[in-house]
Amino acid sequence: MSDLILISGGRLMDPGQGLDGVRDILVGKGRVLWIGHGPPPQEPEKVLQGRGLVVSPGFVDLHCHLREPGQEEKETMASGTLAACRGGFTTVCAMPNTRPPVDSPPLVEFLKDKASREGLVRVLPVGALTRGRAGKELVEMEAMARAGAVAFSDDGHPTGSRIMRQALEFSRYLGLPVMDHCEDPEIAQEGQVNEGVVSLRLGLRGMPSQAEEAAVARDVAVAGLTGGHVHIHHVSSQGSLEHIRRGKEKGVKVTCEATPHHLTLTEDSLLAPIPYDTNLKVNPPLRSEQERKALAQALREGLIDAVATDHAPHSLVDKLVEFSRAGPGMSNLETALGSLMALVHRGELDLLTLVARLTVGPARILGKELGSLKVGWPADVVIFDPDREWTVDPQALASRGKNTPLAGEKLKGKVMATLVGGKAAYLDPSLKLEVPESRKAKI
Amino acid sequence: MTWHHHHVLDLDDFSREEIEAVLETASAMKEVLTRPVPKVHTLRGKRVFSLFYEPSTRTRASFELAAKTLSAEVVGITAQVSSVVKGESLLDTIKTLEALGADAIVLRHPEAGAPYLAARYCRASIVNAGDGAHAHPTQALLDIFSLRQRLGDLEGLKVVIVGDILHSRVARSNIWGLKALGARVVLSGPPTLLPMSFADAYAGVEVEWDLERALEGAGAVIALRLQWERQQDLIPSLEEYVAFYQLNAQRLSRARPGAPILHPGPVNEGVEIDPEVARGPQSLIDEQVTNGVAVRMALLYLLLGGAHE
Repeated sequence: MSDLILISGGRLMDPGQGLDGVRDILVGKGRVLWIGHGPPPQEPEKVLQGRGLVVSPGFVDLHCHLREPGQEEKETMASGTLAACRGGFTTVCAMPNTRPPVDSPPLVEFLKDKASREGLVRVLPVGALTRGRAGKELVEMEAMARAGAVAFSDDGHPTGSRIMRQALEFSRYLGLPVMDHCEDPEIAQEGQVNEGVVSLRLGLRGMPSQAEEAAVARDVAVAGLTGGHVHIHHVSSQGSLEHIRRGKEKGVKVTCEATPHHLTLTEDSLLAPIPYDTNLKVNPPLRSEQERKALAQALREGLIDAVATDHAPHSLVDKLVEFSRAGPGMSNLETALGSLMALVHRGELDLLTLVARLTVGPARILGKELGSLKVGWPADVVIFDPDREWTVDPQALASRGKNTPLAGEKLKGKVMATLVGGKAAYLDPSLKLEVPESRKAKI
Repeated sequence: MTWHHHHVLDLDDFSREEIEAVLETASAMKEVLTRPVPKVHTLRGKRVFSLFYEPSTRTRASFELAAKTLSAEVVGITAQVSSVVKGESLLDTIKTLEALGADAIVLRHPEAGAPYLAARYCRASIVNAGDGAHAHPTQALLDIFSLRQRLGDLEGLKVVIVGDILHSRVARSNIWGLKALGARVVLSGPPTLLPMSFADAYAGVEVEWDLERALEGAGAVIALRLQWERQQDLIPSLEEYVAFYQLNAQRLSRARPGAPILHPGPVNEGVEIDPEVARGPQSLIDEQVTNGVAVRMALLYLLLGGAHE
């Protein structure tokens, strides 16, 4: 049984119901019970002082690698969901590129079971799109959907045209998105970094943004053909955005996400201060400042529906190697808000829009009652201080993946508390759940 | 003398003065090499490891001879890049050599950036002897030394680098070094081996796909080895490459009379260069080999002896 908790005096930002202002929220029995000013309808057992802080729906991450089963040296259900709590995420979609891949109903069940026992946030399983993620045969989509898969993706691998067409036919029927890691392999040629000035200088194989754009164009076309819902993972280029915009304008069911790193970092950081820093190796690669700006603008406009972390934890040995041998990805859950707040602090994005892309945006793609604090909905809440500075220390991360390029960076914006289903899953040491004075008197 | 490097990874962080310092020291070393007993005691007691993850004859022999001429202890290691994840990693090997008392590690590696990884986690001086398609600073320094010995000042000199620029570490390091000394660098090769964006990647560098136009008025030419076995997908045929990009006497006639010809070796005679040109009076190819030892002596001296004692 969860306590009746009152979060009082905070600035409630809930773009899902158009709220932005000081409000109190009462939660209990895992749900939002009341939002308003003044005395709550029921007396709270605990009070969380939100004055000076932002209170918003818990963040929803469409794209996260929890690594279980099979790669527990990189992350576990427990460590990954603790990292999610600390980052303000109350729901994460777990990508299926595990060992074995989540490509059958029993594996979806396994993940749900694991999450219910060890997870600290809601974990929604994304099913693989093809058996063994081999790109050859479609998984049993309907059976997996019934088992609880919320979407399908062969993330990490591009999807072939035949599979995409079949999958999107089922997508229309099942009402679930098919997510694609867009990369035309013949154009990409196993590029290690963005193709251009930086790849030439470093002598690394380049992967041009056109490799992504070609695949996005194909996906939009096939989604239009089938009426299925295609969701583009980690969009990284302006050209891709143009295809997505045209698709949306024509009424094609296409949505997309962008990562904190593509929104805040560029390929130039590969040259200095640490040349060939393997913590900057991601797929798709970091692009130019021009592309980054286009992404930030598209996020503002809503052409990009959601920020998704692509949290990709790796062990030290995966990254302490030559650049081309290093695993791609960053440990992102705990630094996402802090790095994205830089966009707000320097005026590239307003705070309410950022919150929308972390909450209602991704929730709509999933079609679930998440990402907004409507009365009766799950009491998944994040409380953050948009101005609090902190320094990233990889060793202090809850995630097993210490692979962040932000070590030693000062970020401005910090999660102070996270409630999942009305229970405090994370509290900054400076915050306390207090017993209200009136109640103390009674006891 | 201007010198602040603990490692030599590439020439992108070398100032003109630092390159001059290397060239000046190399001249003195070249004199040592002409003595009846070419040996000095400068680096006695220093340990130099050569760690090669790629086959090499000349670079490796050149480094080891350079170190021995300076009386350093030299240990050569041929290593394999393990395809097995659990194999001994580059860093394990580097740490082992450090524990064995390495003062300098000369590293050749097939992956771009490997020396940067080594340098970040190792106290010994790392000397890059070629990393993937990225850099080969000692080759560039010996090319520049050879040009300086023949031509003097390089300010304003048009230097054409021709061949597979995309995969060439020699070209990349030469671009930095030649630019630092004020030379005008023109790159030439077929479009699949020479993306136009090289001109954006290196300010002031020109890209000219037509070799004959590139050679017009050139003061020096560096021909690169074509690694046909690696580039089969990128050029239609060897014959086509030879027909349009081979350095021959007729094409060379467009360059300034006597313009020196360089090649990092080993030469594919009859492919990237006509044998007559390779062995002709304008060729510096043999001198490059001798100069390579002097330049590598200079670097080892500057890293391990000069500035510290």
